[in-house]
Parts: sequence; structure tokens; C-alpha cells
Amino acid sequence: MISLDKQAAITETTARPILEAQHLRKIFPLRNLNFLGAQQSVHAVEDTSFALYPGRATALVGESGSGKTTVARMLGGLYSPTSGSIRFRDAAIKLTGEQLRKYRRHVQLILQDPFSSLNPVHDVRYHLSRPLRIFNHARNNEQETQQILSLLNRVNLSPAEQFIQKYPHQLSGGQRQRIAIARALAVQPEVLLADEPVSMLDVSIRLDVLNLLLRLKDEERLALLFITHDIASARYFAEDTVVMYAGQMVEGGPSDEVIQRPMHPYTRLLVSAAPDPDRINPEKNASVSDLPVRREIGSRGAEIPSLINPPTGCRFHPRCPHAMAVCSQRFPGRTELGNGRWTHCFLYGDGETS
Amino acid sequence: METNEPVDGREGRPYNTAADPLLEVKNLNVDYLASSGTVHAVTDVSFTLRRGEILGLAGESGSGKSTLAYAITRLLRSPAVITGGEILYYPRADLAGDTSDVSITPLLRVGKRRRAKNGSSSYAELDLLQLSERQLRSLRWNEMAIVFQSAMNALNPVMRVGDQIMDVLRAHRPGMGHDSRQQRARELFELVGIAPDRLRSYAHELSGGMRQRAVIAIALALSPEVLIMDEPTTALDVVVQREILTEIMRLREKLDFSVIFITHDLSLLLELADNVAIMYAGRIVEMASRQDLHRHPRHPYSYGLLNSFPTLHGPRRKMSGIPGSPPDLRDVPPGCPFHVRCPLAFETCQTVLPVLQPVALPDVGTRFIASPGQLVACHLYDSRYRETPPTTNELAQAYEALAEGTTVA
Repeated sequence: MISLDKQAAITETTARPILEAQHLRKIFPLRNLNFLGAQQSVHAVEDTSFALYPGRATALVGESGSGKTTVARMLGGLYSPTSGSIRFRDAAIKLTGEQLRKYRRHVQLILQDPFSSLNPVHDVRYHLSRPLRIFNHARNNEQETQQILSLLNRVNLSPAEQFIQKYPHQLSGGQRQRIAIARALAVQPEVLLADEPVSMLDVSIRLDVLNLLLRLKDEERLALLFITHDIASARYFAEDTVVMYAGQMVEGGPSDEVIQRPMHPYTRLLVSAAPDPDRINPEKNASVSDLPVRREIGSRGAEIPSLINPPTGCRFHPRCPHAMAVCSQRFPGRTELGNGRWTHCFLYGDGETS
Repeated sequence: METNEPVDGREGRPYNTAADPLLEVKNLNVDYLASSGTVHAVTDVSFTLRRGEILGLAGESGSGKSTLAYAITRLLRSPAVITGGEILYYPRADLAGDTSDVSITPLLRVGKRRRAKNGSSSYAELDLLQLSERQLRSLRWNEMAIVFQSAMNALNPVMRVGDQIMDVLRAHRPGMGHDSRQQRARELFELVGIAPDRLRSYAHELSGGMRQRAVIAIALALSPEVLIMDEPTTALDVVVQREILTEIMRLREKLDFSVIFITHDLSLLLELADNVAIMYAGRIVEMASRQDLHRHPRHPYSYGLLNSFPTLHGPRRKMSGIPGSPPDLRDVPPGCPFHVRCPLAFETCQTVLPVLQPVALPDVGTRFIASPGQLVACHLYDSRYRETPPTTNELAQAYEALAEGTTVA
């Protein structure tokens, strides 16, 4: 039994963050069909800041269209941020050229779909040997084979000797995702960015892969960013949770706190919408059973707004049951709620005004 | 197989009609004939769907849930073949003399013959497997409608959604004029919570949730008795999913149809369904009311599946999931198909196939509460092999021990 609550011990040490996102913004320009019209663009991510610590997982939770994947891709160096900076080991870095290559040695991405992230014409050996060769971890064939075998064992693919010559189509979804994880580990990274690593997998396999990532996090002190739409697995997996809505960060803090006592109306909505057998079968006291939020969204629509012309101010205000006049005028600053929790919501204050 | 008692748990919903069966599946078998070997997708499945009931079908992918749904609606195509069994459908009795409800008339023509043979005035059951294509045509949509997983693919992209509803009405209600069809389409959209002016929209102009609502509206166009939903919310976001589920509950309340709800998300079924059937390798391994399943899953597979979902409350503990992967249905292991992955398997499990039967609990205290409605196909609950059935705690410990053994290595 590995205890999941190592939180206390780790928070006390106030470790230095290994990777930090500071005020990241991303705007995707759209092709302009009307030359006279104003340039249109998708405001995918607005002012996102958070930090990743070694041996600690941070979950990024939100619905589709909330900008979580864009954040991961910016951190992974696949998109360049429109503004804001990424700091790695306390130094701001520019993700281009040689620096990007060096950066990738430390930060690796695991993508959602293991069916498209592996090349169907190459076998497992090839997939795992490329990073080993590119980053000079293996100098000859013998070393390479040895390292590949140990990688396969680390991701619980045994007998490794058999898996090494298989092709992606010969593997199940869970096995492929393990290969993808092994490929990321081959680089010997310090940070793993996992973008919905289990949402494409079958239910019974999801926990296996999550537990594998948890074990790697603990054993190798990896910093993990875990992107998910499932708030319950965020609680299971990550020490910290950050909730995003339509490109804006709305709330964050220790996972248990955020999910058991959600503050921001959007987080409350998200928690109340998640499937929860305890709600109807009340054996335990369900703390977030019947929130007014759920009754009120019906008339207001349940969809994330278009990010081409997003609502002004707090983007949640058209759906928010507690919206005030000020909510549509500007986005609230960050309010610290104590215990490492914070939120951007006028209900709890304005923080330092942005 | 009539041991599955109606659920009494849902407050505010009297189960006055809960005793009448609407659909009875008996020993159904479906095979896919493939050159590499016959795939036994559904094997010996029996269950009863009652009027107004929501029956959940849960299982991993490849467990046969969708095949079962398509078999019930007779939508299977070659190479799938129904190799045995019966699917009995009981049309609503009180509608027999009521011609004002147009939905039943086409099928009554089919039913009458059987009624005479049956001799009883109350129910005339139809064996869906005996119906001709013509008869099926009057059965589908009138009595039984299906909502597919991907609403985007279920809707015609080059046709306005309103026209798609009216298309259904034109085909199945020839007597209906254009105006009344339009009227009905508006009603249906209002019913599922979309503004009727969206009838003129194309599928791509609607959001994911609205598309799914539109598909539900189309399915409800002829007021069917049975609505089969195949993973209707899997592609949707959690908030939208919640809305659709609430909508389904509300519509059922109002229109009193029965639902077969297929999903891999067991935690969803525990909120929504009255009864849940857990499928593994083409068989139903456990059948229980959602309360029973939530409180004490009996089959080790049900327990494993239930514990594959992290919870929102309670202590954060290490969860283990089910080791291994589902069997190849061309070559299902002998005995209990789950024995390879089961933490509590013993020798008999490898050779003798367990049958679905009521859980026999010797405990005095729980004898009456421990629902005769909970059926399980597992030797652990057979007094011939084991004197006292395992408790939920024992299942938990077995899984934990197994997880320690495999992941530490």
C-alpha cells in the first residue's frame, strides 16, 4: 500500500519549482476572409501561471475548449506562447533552436491518443531507440538494447524481450500508452506533461496506467502535469489541481480541498456534474450534493462560449448564477484563500487587480 | 429467470407498473462469423426489461453490450448472426382497443394473430426474432428507438434537423399532414429543451449537447416504449453529460418509456439506472439493482470495475483496477471466462462455467435485505464450492494482494 498522502511532507519542504508558466497567453489568428474586417483570432489561453515541482503532480482540469491542451503544448515547446514566459530551473528560456532541443531533454509530452502517437511502420525498438540515440544515452547497439529492455520493464511490459520487436498494431491500447510513456522516459526527463493519458483507454486499464505514472513520479521524483476532464481522477492522481474555464484559470490549490470544497461557481458546477453514486445512495455524507448551480444552468446553456469573441471580463459570467455587473467588465484578480488555495472570482474578493 | 425483483429505492416514483415485463430476452446468442474463427459476442444472455425501467448495461469494450443492443433491435448485419434464443416483446395491453394513439396501430396488426393463439386478452407477446422485415419496420421507432453514441454521425449533415424529424413522421405516419408534422417537430424540440427555431439548423451548426438532444428528439418522435441508448454521453463534456442525463430522467418521468442504457462508465449507471447488468466476455456476470451493486458488488469483476473509478469523496487510497485484459472472444477460456484475471479464482473456476443465479446468503441478519434480485454468475457464491460467500472486504483485500504482487515486480 503506497500512501497517496505524502502531501504534508512535501509541501513543508517548499521545494523550488522545476518548471514554471508565467502569464502565458496564446492567441491563434484565424485566416481572414474579409480583408476589410478586423483580424479575428481564437483567444485560447489567457494569463496562465502555475508551477511544477519535482515528485509532485499537478492536475489541469476543465472541459474541452478550456485551453488545457494548449497550455501543455506551450510547455512542451510545440506552440510558442503569444506572451508570457516559461521558466525552467529558475531561468527564463526561449523555446527555439538549440535551446529547445536541450529543453526537450528535460521536458517530455505524453499525448492522449496512443493509436496516433506511435508510427505504425516502426516497431517498439525503433520508437524507443530514437530518443536514446538522439540524446546520446546509448552509444552502441548493446547499450541500446539493454536500455530499451529496462525501459520496457519500468513500464511493466514483460517479458520485455517479446515486446521489443512488436509493432503498434500488435499491441492493445494500454500497452501502446505504456510504450509512449517509455519513449518519454527514454530521454530521462525531469518533467512529464501528460495530456489526457488515459481517456482513450478502456476503463479497467486506466487505473493501471495511472498507477504506473504515480509510481514513476514517486520513484524518480518526476514533476508531472496531468491534464484531464475527469475531476475524480484529478483528485486521485494529483496533489494540486488547477481548474480552467474557457482559457482562464479560475481556481487552484490542493486537490482534495478544491474538489471537496469548491469555491468558484464553475468548479462547483464541474463537481456537481461529475458522476457520483454517493449522491443518490447516501451512505456517506456527500458534501457537494445539491448545489444551486445545477438547477440554474438549465436555462443558461451548458456549453463553453466561443473563444473567437469570448465574453468580456470573467468568461464564466453568462452561465454564472452569482454573476454581478462587475463580472462582465473585467476579470477578477487572484484571491488567496489560505492553505495554498486561490481563486479568480469577485465573490471572494478582487485580489490584486489585474 | 424471474427472480429479479423490481427496485423500490427510487423515491417519488411509484413502481405500479414495475411488475409488467416489456421486453424479455431469453438465452440469446450472437456470433460473428469470421474466417479467423467464430467470435461469440453474446452468449446465453437473459434478462427482463420492465415498463418504465432504466436498465444499465456495463462492461469493458468488447464485452458484447452494443452487439446485444443491436440484436434486440434486429439491426445486426452479417457477419453477425443470432444463433439462438428468444426476444419477447409485450405491447401495451391497454392500448389494444385505443386507436386514438396512433403509435400502436401498425404493430397491432402483427400482434393480433398471436393474440388469438395466446387466447388471453391481456398480453400478446411478439418474438422479435420471428418478425419479417415488414413487421420490423412497424416495430422500429414506433415501439423501439435507438440513440447512437456519436450524434454527429447519426445526423445527416446535408439535411436540416427539422426535416430529419419530419422524415421519420412522413415514413411512419402517412396520414399526417405537413402542418401537423411541423407542429410535432416543434413539440419534440421543446420537449428535449431546444428552441424550436433551431429546427432549421444543420447538424454542424449545433453544439455537441444540442446534437445529442436532437437525436433524442428524433428517437422520441413516435413515442416509443423502449429507448436504447448506446453510450449516448461518452463524447460529451461532463456538464453537458449531466444535462443530457437529467433530461433523460425527466423525459422518462413524463413519457414513461423504458431505457436500456449502455455505457462503460459504471459510476454513471449507479446514479441513473434502476437495475444494472454487468457483462463480461459476452455474458451477464452480475445483475442487480443499483443500490445493491453500489453497496455490495458480488462478482469479483463487478467489484473490480466499480473500483476502477476514482471517487469524489472519502479517503484517497490506492486503487488497483483489474489486472490483465479481456479475453479474445474467438477463444474464450474454459470455465469462468474471468478466472484468468480473477484474484479469487480456484480450480473449479477453470473448468466449470458458473451460471447466473440469485446470491444465496446464509447470514440471518441480511437474509431479507440481501435482495433476491441480485444475480451473480460466480462459484464463490455456490455453497457446493465455498461455505461462506466472500464479503466485499474480502474482494477488496484479494485485489490489493494481487496488485502488490504484480506491480512491485
